[in-house]
Amino acid sequence: MADSGIGARALRKEDHRFLTGQGHYTDDINVHGQLYAYFLRSPHAHAAIRKVDTGAASKSTGVVAVFTGADVAADKIGGLICGWTVTDRHGKPHKAPPHPILAHEKVRYVGDHVAVVIADTLTNAKDAAEKIEVDYDVLPAVVDVAKAMDAKAPQLHADTPQNLCYDWLLGDPAQVDAALAKSHHVAKLDLVNNRLIPNAMEPRAAIGEYDGGTDSYTCHSTSQNPHVLRLILCAFILGIPEHRVRVIAPDVGGGFGSKIFCYAEEVVCLWAAKKVRRPVKWTAERSESFLSDAHGRDHVTHVELGMDKDGKFTAMKVETLAAMGAYLSTFATCVPTYLYATLLAGQYTTPIISANVKAVFTNTAPVDAYRGAGRPEATYVVERIVEVAAREMKMDPAEIRRRNFVKPDQFPYQTPVALQYDSGNYAKALDDAMKLADYAGFASRKAEAAKRGKHRGIGFSAYIEACGIAPSAVVGSLGAGVGLWESAQIRFNPTGTAQVLTGSHSHGQGHETTLAQVVGDMLGLPIENITVVHGDTSQVPFGMGTYGSRSLAVGGSAAAKAADKIIAKGKKIAAHLLEASVDDITYAKGTFRVAGTDKTKSIGEIAFAAYVPHNYPKDLEPGLDETAFYDPANFTYPAGVHICEVEIDPDTGVTKIVNWAAVDDFGKVVNPMVVEGQVHGGIAQGIGQGLLEGCVYDKETGQLLTGSFMDYCMPRADDLPSFKVGMIETPCPHNPLGVKGCGEAGAIAAPPALVNAVTDALGIRHMEMPLTSERVWRTIHKMAAE
Amino acid sequence: MPTASMTVNGKAVSGEVESRTLLVQFIRDKLGLTGTHVGCDTSQCGACVVHVNGKSVKSCTLLAVQAEGAKVTTIEGLANGGDLHPMQAAFRENHGLQCGFCTPGMVMSALDLVQQIPDPNEQQVREWLEGNICRCTGYQNIVKAIQAGAKAMRS
Ligand code: FES
Ligand code: FES
Repeated sequence: MADSGIGARALRKEDHRFLTGQGHYTDDINVHGQLYAYFLRSPHAHAAIRKVDTGAASKSTGVVAVFTGADVAADKIGGLICGWTVTDRHGKPHKAPPHPILAHEKVRYVGDHVAVVIADTLTNAKDAAEKIEVDYDVLPAVVDVAKAMDAKAPQLHADTPQNLCYDWLLGDPAQVDAALAKSHHVAKLDLVNNRLIPNAMEPRAAIGEYDGGTDSYTCHSTSQNPHVLRLILCAFILGIPEHRVRVIAPDVGGGFGSKIFCYAEEVVCLWAAKKVRRPVKWTAERSESFLSDAHGRDHVTHVELGMDKDGKFTAMKVETLAAMGAYLSTFATCVPTYLYATLLAGQYTTPIISANVKAVFTNTAPVDAYRGAGRPEATYVVERIVEVAAREMKMDPAEIRRRNFVKPDQFPYQTPVALQYDSGNYAKALDDAMKLADYAGFASRKAEAAKRGKHRGIGFSAYIEACGIAPSAVVGSLGAGVGLWESAQIRFNPTGTAQVLTGSHSHGQGHETTLAQVVGDMLGLPIENITVVHGDTSQVPFGMGTYGSRSLAVGGSAAAKAADKIIAKGKKIAAHLLEASVDDITYAKGTFRVAGTDKTKSIGEIAFAAYVPHNYPKDLEPGLDETAFYDPANFTYPAGVHICEVEIDPDTGVTKIVNWAAVDDFGKVVNPMVVEGQVHGGIAQGIGQGLLEGCVYDKETGQLLTGSFMDYCMPRADDLPSFKVGMIETPCPHNPLGVKGCGEAGAIAAPPALVNAVTDALGIRHMEMPLTSERVWRTIHKMAAE
Repeated sequence: MPTASMTVNGKAVSGEVESRTLLVQFIRDKLGLTGTHVGCDTSQCGACVVHVNGKSVKSCTLLAVQAEGAKVTTIEGLANGGDLHPMQAAFRENHGLQCGFCTPGMVMSALDLVQQIPDPNEQQVREWLEGNICRCTGYQNIVKAIQAGAKAMRS
């Protein structure tokens, strides 16, 4: 058992199929009789549609149908929804302008869906799309979040003056101002959190099918949460009953948040499948992904942090403008509010904090959760201003952090921004990270680099994360349209193997292995005897899917609860077979025993008896199949410290990351190999944001200038170092496994560590991400000129 | 319509294609070998890497008709029955994959590297992978896997 139970570096069960080309991603699936959809997208950032002429396209070779926004409106198909209602500072709900699945009357960003061609082949569909004539009346566009509220800015939607979606407040700014006024020193900073394009390597795809015989639908989709997608498709958009829709999210090639949302294309495929009575398949080309996947971040922030003469934080004030894009994506509204402002305490005991967030519409792709979702933005604000404060106070960056940490004996710790941290040991993570990074040796490394004409710098990031957002009653009171529990079912088979059905979804995280480890550990089964089933609404009872690093903390806890039920029932069966009282039966690692005797039954024997109940308790149902729903008592709070060391070549402006040390606290770790992999990937994405990636729209025309892998710089292998990863473990006190969640940590921690290191190396106060070689080179040369 | 004929994973295949059909479309759509993936439309990502006449090639940059008469190997052609190729095994043992989407291209690319440099150091592996994007792993375990795979192949 040791090799595959909780804590083991078990090799992944899913790998064999991926390594041999036998995965089943959505585009690998072909349905008999399928047609292909191709979307005609708006070439303009903002325009009125005067007329769409589909005549020639409809007659084009192989075309079965062409649909436009007018057809959608005629069929009374609902728009895409935003599932989280944010109440603004005046007590009013946010503005929720219509978001049609095909644009009607107006387009609002480059890539907005104007029409769909459905044809026998993809090439025929594409050829026909070129024959659609759209008469646009081009309007001025605003793409810059900082300009969206300007008096001169064009208004995207009726009833949204100044393009304002909401003006939201947490805390009392007047009180914070008063505290800042009394502070010994106030550090101030303006910063931009650059817009990112998620770019999971598998482009989004969907297949819609309609069965006239049963009046039912099947939708294959690259979704992170098939049940949520089904709920939205049925209850909100298409108005079809949930029991006649099956959503399957098969193997999914990465998501990072971008595949949480319900998108126009999958709705169109399902709707059109019924209209043309044939399956309809769509797969995004990468350029379409760039244009139409929900983007991430895009904040402009002003922050002020007060402190006393010892560098103890006294108050913090944050003002943020957050882009929503042209329309509200599924969870857009909660990202810069409940997933952002509530994290602004960081790891520190800052006594009062206020945050004002104005969310605005711009003529750009919708913005929504992307790996970290709000928490990277918060951490960037906190860890940048803390760094600035340290430098202005002439304090060591480690020392100022340590001095302000929430201490281990202060948990549970109530922050001034709503959250109650459950556990942690921040100073220990800092100590370990400093050792791992050899902080003590930094000064001599810097001096040595200087001799070679290079600038060395070091940067800290002490981040806090909130994972497994819950409990449902709390998120409901904050405006969520859903509950945030998870379900699991364990089907024990008569021959002693088991299936674990989970409502979470794996798109790289390795749940088929780690959930099997959890259940196998509890039920005494090797992971080879367990299959984890996910991603099919017709198999799994229900689920809320995977995002916010929730799958193990919430989904794993549900599986543990289901295993508890299996054991409890098993005890009754064992008591009967062993002729003992239930209270005398003990259970450990797959064996039921009459306490203090050698009378035992293995769980396999119990399962067999449950399905072949010839000798069986009279009042007990046969079968060994248990379902559990788990609604957590609180978020979990992973935290850690990352230290980045860089060396900059002033001649080229190239920043080389020479050392990266990460010490994270994820609570109990089920599979260290998988967790390290998650940390590596997260750091890489965070470094991507800090160093390389930045979504750019042309300020005049609203064209996406970074619309391909040639223009948008994804981190490559030779941009990154090997990371040193360490862990500490303070178990989560409120879930049965003691786990916290690790999926987003790296992406949250990395950007400020990197920017702190580069600004340290250059001896400057601030520089906006991404810190491309060009920006760094220009900064160095500007400094030299001054 | 033109025909494309080639040997794929040791089997002679041929099929009608449009002149604009890409090799990757031929492999996926005509032959049903869906282990070769498409991750971009600008030949940057490397999800589509296969071997053509023994060399790694992005199958999205080649027309099917250009591979006329060629010997093509895809990810499906590597494992010997149930046994993983040493490079595939090294990816599994070193957790060199997460979502698995980039993986076939990574493995095919890595095999060509090992043909050229049997014992690549970390920097050589990182530079070689310039044409293969992975969004999940941060590359660290891919690099480790490739070095381990190379070692296994040497012995
Ligand atoms: S699909 Fe060939 S390089 Fe991206
Ligand atoms: S494993 Fe997901 S892209 Fe590489």
